[in-house]
Amino acid sequence: ASLDNARHLSSLLRAVHFQDHATCVATASGLRVTVEDAKCIQANAFIQAEIFQEFSVQEESVMFRISLSVLLDCLTIFGTSSLPGTSTALRMCYRGYGYPLMLFLEEGGVVTVCKINTQEPDELLDFDFCSTKVVNKIILQSEGLREAFAELDMTSEVLQITMSPDKPYFRLSTFGNAGSAHLDYPRDSDLMEAFHCTQTQTNRYKISLLKPSTKALALSCKVSIRTDAQGFLSLQYMIRNEDGQICFVEYYCCPDENMSEAEL
Amino acid sequence: MRFRAKIVDLACLNHFSRIINTIAKLAKTCILRLTVCKLYFILSDKVANGGASMWCELSQGNFFDEFQMEGVAAEHNEIYLELVPENLSRALKTAQNAKAVKIKLTNKHCPCLSVAVELPSLSSSSRIVTHDIPVGVIPRRMWNDFREPSVPDFDVSIYLPALKTMKSVVERMKNLSNLIVIEANLSGEMNLKIETDLVAVTTHFKDLGNPPWASEDGCESNTQDRDLESMAEACIDIKKLLQLLAGQQVNPTKALCNIVHKRIVHFILLHEEVSLQYFIPAIA
Repeated sequence: ASLDNARHLSSLLRAVHFQDHATCVATASGLRVTVEDAKCIQANAFIQAEIFQEFSVQEESVMFRISLSVLLDCLTIFGTSSLPGTSTALRMCYRGYGYPLMLFLEEGGVVTVCKINTQEPDELLDFDFCSTKVVNKIILQSEGLREAFAELDMTSEVLQITMSPDKPYFRLSTFGNAGSAHLDYPRDSDLMEAFHCTQTQTNRYKISLLKPSTKALALSCKVSIRTDAQGFLSLQYMIRNEDGQICFVEYYCCPDENMSEAEL
Repeated sequence: MRFRAKIVDLACLNHFSRIINTIAKLAKTCILRLTVCKLYFILSDKVANGGASMWCELSQGNFFDEFQMEGVAAEHNEIYLELVPENLSRALKTAQNAKAVKIKLTNKHCPCLSVAVELPSLSSSSRIVTHDIPVGVIPRRMWNDFREPSVPDFDVSIYLPALKTMKSVVERMKNLSNLIVIEANLSGEMNLKIETDLVAVTTHFKDLGNPPWASEDGCESNTQDRDLESMAEACIDIKKLLQLLAGQQVNPTKALCNIVHKRIVHFILLHEEVSLQYFIPAIA
């Protein structure tokens, strides 16, 4: 695969970089990078084949596990600050099972070659989250959520999300050392692009697992928040890169098991 | 033994501060050698420094409006002081808008360099902030430990690439490995390489140019017979290299390095009024 501007890839990967290792799957439609933690949360970054200047996969799909920290350090070898006009060109090659991932990066006439060892891919969680089983769905403009997520009370163990066709419509709650905090978003707010809630649902998620999604939120212009009957959460972030192309990052999270019955 | 000096020009002062900041990044403690015409900042290659050594030379006339020095004795008209450059750097931080800075060797409980910064103030009398920086006086018998290092018998001499690019690359490489290999040849090519169990990264710089070194005794320099393509390399501590690159606040007029294959890398950074040499030994 080759890419004129490596930042298109590196900034997206940073949005899912909360664990050292990631599983990469390349198919004809593009590249998917998955990061998981605690068997409860999964983040996926999708970079469609169209984003690349050149993208070809020999077999139906190739899959490998790689250190995401190392990959990011290599992709940003020429620095992370984006000077106008300069960009790093990237070429990636993977010969197959057991081979390292080769990266060729070039900026201003200087070439860097990286050889990153790959590992056996792990079993990936399948959240079985399909669009037909969605109970509640909201699409919001990201700027509305950014401040809220950046200021989440981290002394709270959970983030509680309430979605309902009635008041409070959409509420984010934390229960920290200083007390509880509730942030409500009215359904007729300018930030609300779509509101499809069929049932009142209140779910709690471990806040430490969701905090990394703030990176994806910061990059995105829109976010869709969906829950299914079991309370599984899907956050889909629409990210526009420097050239105006669209990419997606998705976070799936299981609800926190330790919900006290009294709170319901 | 006496020393007093004064800087009045703001540009000279800022330039001097920047040099001290660079030195502070390279050495926790170093030697300041004062002579009639020059100041030297010296770090000798003791094991405590990880074997790296430094020699920085500046002409006092380019910075100071007044400079008076009387050495330990008439035949040895020099002063050697041991100091922590970070202290001097911090003192000079307060002098960013100063009207004048006076530096004097004093003896208050212990030998000190007193840096008196005269700051502008609203009232007619100026504010003076004085920093007393403790220094150690190096006795005459130890002066031989701090002689100017000779340029090593290098295998390759090459100009460095843009320091900014070099610094970005080395910064990232530091996250991946503790050691870095610098290799270069006489065709203007330099590679920076790291290799660990997880990853191998090589950055290739081309068209850097090799500085001509006139040999003093007229005979062929040892690099003449060298194959132009063959690389001289040295594996060095990546932190030391990064310290050198990160400490450069201004782009040097000339930056080059001499590599003695598998032994030592000698960096020379020249600015208009100051020259800095830094030696990093190779790790076996």
